[in-house]
Amino acid sequence: MNLYQLFSNMEKIDPDIYGRIDSRRKAIRNFAGIGGRLTLAAVPLALGGLLNTAYSQSAPADITGVLQYALTLEYLEAEFYTRAVASGIIPAGAPTGALTTIRDHENQHVAFLTAVIRQLGATPVSKPTFDFTAGGHFATVFTNYDVLLAVAQTFEDTGVRAYKGQAGVLMSNNTVLTAALNIHSVEARHASHIRQMRRARTNDATIKPWITGKNPGGIDDDAVQKSYNGEELTTQAGIDLTGFVSANAASESFDEPLTYDQVIAIVQPFIKQ
Amino acid sequence: MKNDSIRLQPELPGEEAAYNKTVSRKKFLSALGIGSLSLAAIVSCNKDDDGMGSTVPPGSIDLGKGDTGILNYAYALEQLEAAFYTKVVQSPYSGITAAETALLTDIRDHEVAHREFFKKALGAAAIPALNVNFSGIDFSKRDAVLATAKAFEDLGVSAYNGAGALIDDKNYLLLAGKIVSVEARHAACIRDLISNGSFADNTIIDANGMDQAKAPAAVLMIAQSFLTSKLWGGNLPKS
Repeated sequence: MNLYQLFSNMEKIDPDIYGRIDSRRKAIRNFAGIGGRLTLAAVPLALGGLLNTAYSQSAPADITGVLQYALTLEYLEAEFYTRAVASGIIPAGAPTGALTTIRDHENQHVAFLTAVIRQLGATPVSKPTFDFTAGGHFATVFTNYDVLLAVAQTFEDTGVRAYKGQAGVLMSNNTVLTAALNIHSVEARHASHIRQMRRARTNDATIKPWITGKNPGGIDDDAVQKSYNGEELTTQAGIDLTGFVSANAASESFDEPLTYDQVIAIVQPFIKQ
Repeated sequence: MKNDSIRLQPELPGEEAAYNKTVSRKKFLSALGIGSLSLAAIVSCNKDDDGMGSTVPPGSIDLGKGDTGILNYAYALEQLEAAFYTKVVQSPYSGITAAETALLTDIRDHEVAHREFFKKALGAAAIPALNVNFSGIDFSKRDAVLATAKAFEDLGVSAYNGAGALIDDKNYLLLAGKIVSVEARHAACIRDLISNGSFADNTIIDANGMDQAKAPAAVLMIAQSFLTSKLWGGNLPKS
């Protein structure tokens, strides 16, 4: 769904459309359909809290806030893959192809979210300065291919959980909710593939395209473990799935959300400023 | 059907168009090996969904309305997927590898978990067990099985993505979100089995790096081709 395209087409068909709406709306030209009055009212608050900061101190309570948060995570992924592909350590052929595909998607997500935030009348947060070694914790991230893939997997699985955690906040706007869902499932496709790449490297059969229990897939690291804690649920909405399938399958069959605070704690070490 | 007093902005005029900007139906159908005969049935099914009345056509199963309708819609799709993978695991295609068997068995179990979850969650409101029709699928051939699996998984992802905005209850939305990412993991896995690196290629992901979202009517048209039970989604929420 290309919202930008949609709006620009609308303008072509009816060039006067923005002239006929009230001046307050005119001030947020190109915003049509995205926010509605509900979001408009929330914009000043979001601006105050988020402008010029990479992310808010508290969990976003409105659509713009969620989009700024999502943008920050997409900045992280986009720059990570950009540097990964340029690192010179990715084998040519399928691996470089896959990471290039993912890099392009993350850049597209950045561009899309930036455009939507602008359409909502807010200023997109600026890109933070990243440290992908996380203060030296992953010192070889761009020199050791396996470390690189481990960090990639953690980012993707975290991204899936982060989007999931915000779905409720986006419910008041169907267009934004659907767009976020459409990004969310792409992150899950990425996660699936990175896991398959790691499986192929290690031949470790416990690394699967899905998350088993809270197992990070052979990555023994306290920082990484935070991205998997809570994934081990086998009961959903009070229904015990182990009555139907194994405990492993029960945990794999549902991915779990992460709260804003949990995600920030995970990505904080990668953000210098 | 969301509370209209909360959704102040009128529906985006292009939203339906956006929904329809999915992988073309033709492409899906050819991937699934469905001929023109089913297309005729599909057109009439579409007419029902867009019709004015809320009368269930004779012999059809009404998915219901509101969130219950959406949960039944998901339950129907999970029944279809679970039945498919159950058959795949029961009668493996020729030349299947141990790694492929392990992956397809996992996927079967996930779909069974989803199916049983919805059945239990819906309780007395659940639609009955559906009768499937897989006569068009050659389960002995890897290509046929994986092509169908790919179509089902991509369809499932687009169905959940499209259903999100139709859900009223925050908790149900989260549950749908918990499931859709697992379906997306499946989709990527199956695609990689067919052709490594096609997990999120531009036949399914658009220029914004986004997956598809399909409205129930569009999804049901395709799902119906694999069912002898007749589903009717005319009472499902439209927005």
